[in-house]
Amino acid sequence: MSNLVNVNQSYREKYGFAKRDISVFKTKKGLDRDVVEEISFQKAESEWMREFRLKAYEVFQVKKQPLWGADLSKLNYDEMYYYVRPTDKQSRRWEDLPPEILDTYNKIGVPEAEKRFLAGVGAQYDSEVIYHSIKKEWEKKGVIFLDTDTALKKYPEFFKEYFGRAIPPADNKLAALNSAVWSGGSFIYVPPGVKVDIPLQAYFRINAASMGQFERTLIIVDEGAEAHYVEGCTAPIYTTDSLHAAVVEIFVKKGARFRYTTIQNWSNNVYNLVTKRAMVEEEGTMEWIDGNLGSKITMKYPSVYLRGRKARGEVLSIAFAGAGQHQDAGGKAIHLAPETTSSIISKSISKDGGRTSYRGLLKVIPGAWGVKANVRCDALILDDKSRSDTYPTMQIDEEDVSVAHEATVSKIGEDQLFYLMSRGLNENDATSLIVNGFIEPIVKELPLEYALELNRLIQLEMIGAVG
Amino acid sequence: MLEIRNLHVSTEGKEILHGVNLKIKPGEIHAIMGPNGSGKSSLSLALMGYPRYQITAGQIILDREDITYLSVDKRARLGLFLAMQYPVAVPGVSVFNLLRTARKNVKKEVVTALQLQNQVKNSMKNLKIDEKFLTRSINEGFSGGEKKKVEVLQLATLEPKYAVLDETDSGLDVDALKVVSAGINKTSGPKVGILLITHYQRILKYVKPDFVHILVDGKIVRSGDAKLAEEVEEGGYVKFS
Repeated sequence: MSNLVNVNQSYREKYGFAKRDISVFKTKKGLDRDVVEEISFQKAESEWMREFRLKAYEVFQVKKQPLWGADLSKLNYDEMYYYVRPTDKQSRRWEDLPPEILDTYNKIGVPEAEKRFLAGVGAQYDSEVIYHSIKKEWEKKGVIFLDTDTALKKYPEFFKEYFGRAIPPADNKLAALNSAVWSGGSFIYVPPGVKVDIPLQAYFRINAASMGQFERTLIIVDEGAEAHYVEGCTAPIYTTDSLHAAVVEIFVKKGARFRYTTIQNWSNNVYNLVTKRAMVEEEGTMEWIDGNLGSKITMKYPSVYLRGRKARGEVLSIAFAGAGQHQDAGGKAIHLAPETTSSIISKSISKDGGRTSYRGLLKVIPGAWGVKANVRCDALILDDKSRSDTYPTMQIDEEDVSVAHEATVSKIGEDQLFYLMSRGLNENDATSLIVNGFIEPIVKELPLEYALELNRLIQLEMIGAVG
Repeated sequence: MLEIRNLHVSTEGKEILHGVNLKIKPGEIHAIMGPNGSGKSSLSLALMGYPRYQITAGQIILDREDITYLSVDKRARLGLFLAMQYPVAVPGVSVFNLLRTARKNVKKEVVTALQLQNQVKNSMKNLKIDEKFLTRSINEGFSGGEKKKVEVLQLATLEPKYAVLDETDSGLDVDALKVVSAGINKTSGPKVGILLITHYQRILKYVKPDFVHILVDGKIVRSGDAKLAEEVEEGGYVKFS
């Protein structure tokens, strides 16, 4: 990801551009059994995956749209393309990509970031991962970082054991949809004791109009291993809606540690409906850092299932909703074992009629004694047109627990603005500074490059916000 | 020169300043004294352009420029500074970040972050502020005295042409009062005009005013030299009202 974001450049210039459609294959518009079969056929998959898809499709058909959360009534599944293959082969060298695609990633700054500070990069363009590479030193240590389709062919044993085990197709309608038509995504395996100390990154780009992107990510961090994965996502600005419905399954083994960072910056015509879940074993640690800036509607609640004693889970989320946006985000912590700890911290900002909702679940099952859990959500509302709501749910079925919950909603203070403006900052800069200060506890958790990126993206969002 | 001409100020439909006149030349220190509710703080906030105070008549002229209806930030960039009576906290914005951002906005000469840091650290030493405050969120969890010291730190860093100090002495113990006064004296000089707003006479032992004005019920009722402050000390404000 580039840190060269020029704040005078709009989303339209920097990310919102569309390249001409050079796709080599596209399924027909809409979804039926044939489309699912076609995707499986195109990928020359094994029989069990084909069956898995078809069963999932049946589940998708009977499942109801979620009745809670954001308004999905205008989401029309018949108006989407479910599979768009942009090019015939995946590349390990950027130069080998078609010029339209290479230019897209250059503009976003991915190849440059790879050179400077990443252990490996995957890049997905519409339905397929078109570039993938991992630095030799990590490959030698047995780290696997591949697109999910290739990994399925090379390492089927991992898939038989883990695929669909954290998030079965029947979990929710969108998970069923993803299970039926999934394509692309990342597969990561980190062997026991291996500590990957610089981030692995995937960059997701939707280029085609009315496109559904359904990447599927599976990550296994073996005993005592450590890694950090970062994903970024953008899309062109179209008048028709696109859909991004990913499923991310993570398995953190005993004593392992994994961090998953998302900086989601979809254009404002994308429905972003994502299911993310991590299973954490004894003394393992899972951290979700979830930044939601773009999209029309986001519904995403990264979850930690703390299954082993002393497992730890953390969700840090930032949501920013501008005009026409609804960010319905939060986190879930499910305590299934004694002495597990969790922390959910959510910060949201709404402006220009945007809406943010915090939605969270904290659950402790009977027998999970000694649990410590902390939930904190803060909302900042920048004007009278904007809105923020909080929907926290707690199900605590054990007495020996320590649970703290705190929620605040504040409007940007006239006195804070006056104070900063009296120091020479114009109203926009003063507002930006207040907003950046508000999210600072989360930004400081990011690697420097991403912290800069996030701050600049927020600044970009703030332009024209006031005055 | 900072000139206040026949200034009338209202808030919530009620007039609180009824025609204030004042001329502050570079190099001069003016003190405004007055009882509670006389309009002292309203005057300082109106000068800076606080949005909840409306100027209904009169003018504020800064170095021949009419700033009566200018936005707050533009006033600051023309060289006006207000040390606030109740500075607000801005969580997540460090003292140094604020100083650096503010400096960039109000001063033309560019300094490097390192130069600025050295200058700020030097001022902090004089003001007896721990360097740890540089990375703390501005005013968050600060004691009353710490807030006032950091206001004076901003004054020293931003080097304005005209500074309004609104009850910068209140809430300070004697040691802090001396340190803060020394900071004000260090900033003042032949090129800086200072308007010191205070309820008590005690800061005037350390910061020597050239002129003292008594503000009662939204009007300046007496002006004089430093001796006027002594009259207040002896007889209170009663005889001025």
